[in-house]
Amino acid sequence: MIKFNLFVLPFSFGLVFIVYSIVIHYYRWIKALPAVDKVKLASGVRNPSKVLASLKEIFLEGLLHRSLWKRNPLLGYMHMSFALGWFLLIVVGNLESRIYHGSHINAPYYPIFLKFFIHDRLVLFFEIFTVPAFFRFIMDFILLFVLSGLVLAFIKRKKSKWFGMTKTTNHSLYDRITLSCLWLIFPMRLLAESYTAGYFGGGGGFLTQNLGKLLVAITPGSSEMIAYFFWWSYSLVLGLFFILMPNSRYMHIPSEMLLIVFRHCGIQPKKWGSSFSSLEAHSCSRCGVCIDACQLNFAAGITNIQAVYFIRGLREQCVPENIALTCMVCGRCQEACPVGIKVDSLRLIKRREIGSGQVSDFSYLKNGHPGFADVVYFAGCMSHLTPSIPIAMEGIFKEAGVNYLFLDRSGSICCGRPLMLAGKDKQANELIEFNKILIRQTRAKLLVTSCPICYKVFREEYNLPIRIQHHSQYLLELVKDGRIALQSQHRRVVYHDPCDLGRGGNIYEAPRELLGKISDLVPAVKECADALCCGGSLGLLNTPVKKKDELTKNALEYLLKDRPDILVTACPLCKKTFSKHSGTEVRDIAEMVHDAIPGRLIRKTLAAKEPARLLAD
Amino acid sequence: MENTVIVIGGGISGMTASGMLALQGMKVTLLEKEAETGGHVARWDRLFPDRKKAAEVLDFAREGMKNVNVVTGAEVTGISWHDKGFTVTSGIMQPASSVPGPESLIANSGSLINEIAAGESNYTARALVLAMGFDLFEARKKEEYGYGIYNNVITSADLEEKFKSGKDILTSEGKIPARIGFVHCVGSRDEKVGNLYCSKVCCVTGVKQAIEMKEMYPSAEVFNFYMDLRMFDRHFEELYYEAQQKWGVSFIRGRLAECAENPDGTIILKTEDTLTGKPLKMTVDLLVLLSGFVPASGTAKIAGMLGLQRGTDGFVNSADSHSMNNLSGIPGVFLTGALKGPISISEAIADARATALLLADYLKSGKP
Repeated sequence: MIKFNLFVLPFSFGLVFIVYSIVIHYYRWIKALPAVDKVKLASGVRNPSKVLASLKEIFLEGLLHRSLWKRNPLLGYMHMSFALGWFLLIVVGNLESRIYHGSHINAPYYPIFLKFFIHDRLVLFFEIFTVPAFFRFIMDFILLFVLSGLVLAFIKRKKSKWFGMTKTTNHSLYDRITLSCLWLIFPMRLLAESYTAGYFGGGGGFLTQNLGKLLVAITPGSSEMIAYFFWWSYSLVLGLFFILMPNSRYMHIPSEMLLIVFRHCGIQPKKWGSSFSSLEAHSCSRCGVCIDACQLNFAAGITNIQAVYFIRGLREQCVPENIALTCMVCGRCQEACPVGIKVDSLRLIKRREIGSGQVSDFSYLKNGHPGFADVVYFAGCMSHLTPSIPIAMEGIFKEAGVNYLFLDRSGSICCGRPLMLAGKDKQANELIEFNKILIRQTRAKLLVTSCPICYKVFREEYNLPIRIQHHSQYLLELVKDGRIALQSQHRRVVYHDPCDLGRGGNIYEAPRELLGKISDLVPAVKECADALCCGGSLGLLNTPVKKKDELTKNALEYLLKDRPDILVTACPLCKKTFSKHSGTEVRDIAEMVHDAIPGRLIRKTLAAKEPARLLAD
Repeated sequence: MENTVIVIGGGISGMTASGMLALQGMKVTLLEKEAETGGHVARWDRLFPDRKKAAEVLDFAREGMKNVNVVTGAEVTGISWHDKGFTVTSGIMQPASSVPGPESLIANSGSLINEIAAGESNYTARALVLAMGFDLFEARKKEEYGYGIYNNVITSADLEEKFKSGKDILTSEGKIPARIGFVHCVGSRDEKVGNLYCSKVCCVTGVKQAIEMKEMYPSAEVFNFYMDLRMFDRHFEELYYEAQQKWGVSFIRGRLAECAENPDGTIILKTEDTLTGKPLKMTVDLLVLLSGFVPASGTAKIAGMLGLQRGTDGFVNSADSHSMNNLSGIPGVFLTGALKGPISISEAIADARATALLLADYLKSGKP
């Protein structure tokens, strides 16, 4: 039996190239892992439950595309038909080839081009119930499955909205060429198999056999040459695709598999980057889901900095500075990413490269003992711009009889996170060390902060031996412990989730529960993990104020849709930012709680006069 | 109908314009939404640079308005125009306190109903003068300065009110302030509150008020925190020199960052002395915020009714800022005063007279 033809060479060459390339990539990623991560990987791959969990996720995400299904069924089906369909074509094709060849060691091209080598006819009626006919049917069916995805992919070019996407990725020329190769593979296979089946009068299934008959009938001067042309084309696009793949978006296929294994072994991104981050960058499929999630896109019309373009820049090792710096680090794209890439950490790694050169002088910070207390309160610099928040907190502390210490009452020292967002970690660490000493000296058991930005950095970077709470958690605890009694004002309020408290700190429930006790809370259009950034993000480093204003106004439109009496947030920066544009009163949750202490309201009404009139007459 | 004009806004601009128009024999109706004419000038004690009594300027303007039909408490609710001219509809408003009804006790809600419409009136005229003026920047928006939160933080307008009352100016604790701070550019030249423009007159107001505080309390220390001092008109620079040389007022170049309150009610300021390049912390007994100009609340509404163009700063754009600064682009609609941007009183008076002259010519010739 003939088992070779020259046209298999392009495919075979491509296959050798891609296998070699993937092995090299895997080897480099694993070899470059920090020692601790290598240990994690080694023990992880020996742990059957972790291996199983990885395989399960590879199947669910890599082949079925579960997270895309959840986002939009049409989008999920499209990706699934390509991934699962192609996978099945390879696996089932391999099984099919074994019927015709007993050896276990077939040439890799043999199953791929099987229909070129095998074209036996069905002579008798009952033969349609035989194993070969069954395989022909199945293989045709799978091919049809893949082609249905291809049709959807074409439709998606024009009608992306049907697929739940408003804006799609603007791909590079290289990616578009690779994509064209990928898209050509399956029609070429269909044509090659069909024409061959038609020409030889057998060997095809319900799809290829019938299409083949038609093709032979309509092609003038039908000849084996035409079949060759199709087989050569099929092999060439396959080979070309494999050669282009390592530098294209499709490298995400092998990368994501390894990434899933790494994650299941407990490997985390490193502050200054590691091969894990490089692997993450390669795992981006450039699907563009992050573009729609990004407020800079839909609210401010900035369309070239989204995660997909930033990560593409990382892979090409040229990230323009403005792409690295124009980002709110709000975490919305990270939340939407179907691959689960930690985009924010990638962005910060890049910023560290850019920002680490500068020097700061903190010699003006004075040492001194802050005093002792049970609870240490850190308002944060932003709260100093919204003094009604610390004033409310102090009122509540006094009402509850808490032995507290206002650590940054007069000399606020930055928590360090704004510097970290700008990539200046070394400078931030100086502040962190300074603050740590102060906090330790108080011998407090609990640190309460009014600022989610501080809250995040206290938890993630400070390594403090005491509890850390944002004031929304703390106030709820005070209420639950019966240390403060509150009276609902029955005002209609909407709650805005600050980025660093919600997506950054995973605190969604405490503020809602608290507000439920003191007001009539109405839901926001986009909330919790889907909440919008107020536009004041400290992470947005080089964007004009006008653009930030657009972000704020857009977020306000969503928040105030139901015309609440008050817009409540739990972050001084959000409050400050919204106050600039909001026609509706903006308040912090601490102010709301302070006002809900019975007796407070009357006292406040009496005092709510113009300050000028308060000057003694 | 021949020579009829409606002036919207009864501040110094609208008063001067209507007086000048009446002087030329026109029938003028002035619509003012407040209970009294006089606008911001009526709330001011003395004016820069010569410390003239604001009341005298108003008296002079009122003198010329004897033949003007002044309607106060009239808020414009609609404007229509037709071949004969314009019809302005205004609701007559009266204070809520005079209307029986449930009183809202909720403070700080910002939604107290102050006035209740009592009826509507129509006024018809061949030409309109828009003189809605400006509002003072709401200093509460700079929450970090503590206005409305700390008792010893007041605005320049609050201070003028105190000057006007003739009483001693004391802190909320009833003490004579030993240290007084003036903060320039509150709500002006500040992208963070959305106002990029300079309000022009606050610099010299700050200098004038600093001198007045020194006159009242010669031993008090007075500090002005400024970005730069724009002494643009005649005698202004001399006043600035006087403040330094005669009165010993200190000028510190640096924008105020934030304030905090001490338990004794004094105010801690955090700023930077940008001439020495050092962060600065200081305690004062009284802090005065020099609030800038913002477009009057009615400007957007009335500009919308007429389809007038406004700049990104919210002020109304004239047909040409050099040669047709009193024309709106709509025949018969004239613009005067601070609705076109920050302006001093003397400039407002000159602008109003120019408007009256052009308007008279328009009514005579029928051409804008």
